[in-house]
Amino acid sequence: MQIIVNGEQREVVNGLTAAQLVEDMQISGQRIAMEVNLEIVPRSTYAEHTFKDGDKIEVVHAVGGG
Amino acid sequence: MTEIVQDTPLVIAGKEYTSRLLVGSGKYKDNEETRLATEASGAEIITVAVRRSNIGQKPGEPNLLDAVPPEKYTILPNTAGCYTAEDAVRTCRLARELLDGHKLVKLEVLADEKTLFPDVLQTLKAAELLIKEDFDVMVYTTDDLVIAKELEAMGCAAVMPLAAPIGSGLGVQNPNNIRFIIEELKVPVLVDAGVGTASDAAFAMELGCDGVLMNSAIAGAKNPILMASAMNKAIQAGREAFLAGRMPRKRFASASSPLDGTFF
Repeated sequence: MQIIVNGEQREVVNGLTAAQLVEDMQISGQRIAMEVNLEIVPRSTYAEHTFKDGDKIEVVHAVGGG
Repeated sequence: MTEIVQDTPLVIAGKEYTSRLLVGSGKYKDNEETRLATEASGAEIITVAVRRSNIGQKPGEPNLLDAVPPEKYTILPNTAGCYTAEDAVRTCRLARELLDGHKLVKLEVLADEKTLFPDVLQTLKAAELLIKEDFDVMVYTTDDLVIAKELEAMGCAAVMPLAAPIGSGLGVQNPNNIRFIIEELKVPVLVDAGVGTASDAAFAMELGCDGVLMNSAIAGAKNPILMASAMNKAIQAGREAFLAGRMPRKRFASASSPLDGTFF
């Protein structure tokens, strides 16, 4: 299935979980936040949250800013 | 030394702060410079932006929150770069998740790329939505008293009028407007944006501001760590001068030494 992660289209296995995506992005354990189709996905639910085809996902972190 | 300064702490959303200088974390060379400058500034509140994580980011890539840990500082996520109320609210929700339920946010909704002036209509809309969602909103706005009062009435935790355009370093351009806001509002009023050097910060504090938020003035200095230290002192000096109450201005001279007892 296809999902969009931070604006980039990705082909992923059906039933990919949020935890697996974070691992693929090599950012597990970091302070991040995730939004799927404009809804927040709490970090505590990454293991059970499965994506659907066409999901629009944003993964963000804190950067320098004023 | 006896304590000569009798000041009350700065209280924002029920939390007390000793430092009245709030700093940004943008535009630094690296995280180490951010860490050292923040330390030298004495600030307890530091703003951060929320941005996309890189796909395939290196696992060891330095994280800003390691340099300025939330255990040590109050992290103030901003909505910089947002041009609509919806984007600002989205950003704050992500920030709250990122910072484990943290409620304090800096709301800024911009309108114009050249001046980075706030869009007050979108700002009012976003503030209303965020307050409904139980955020504590420190709001960046114009130096307009009427809008500032409206933001206070809505329940914003602090109102932060600009001194001058973001990153311009021009100093307080309209002190009279800033003074109106300080005099009329009960919530903390902080000058946010436009300060260029230590005297600008001291001047803002002498007007009676509760604090100053700055980023470029420190990060854009040739020696940011030294400037952070200068700002730390300027904010304290300005605050003390405000509390002390300045002497009245006179048009002509008034001798400091007595005229009696002269022998010439």
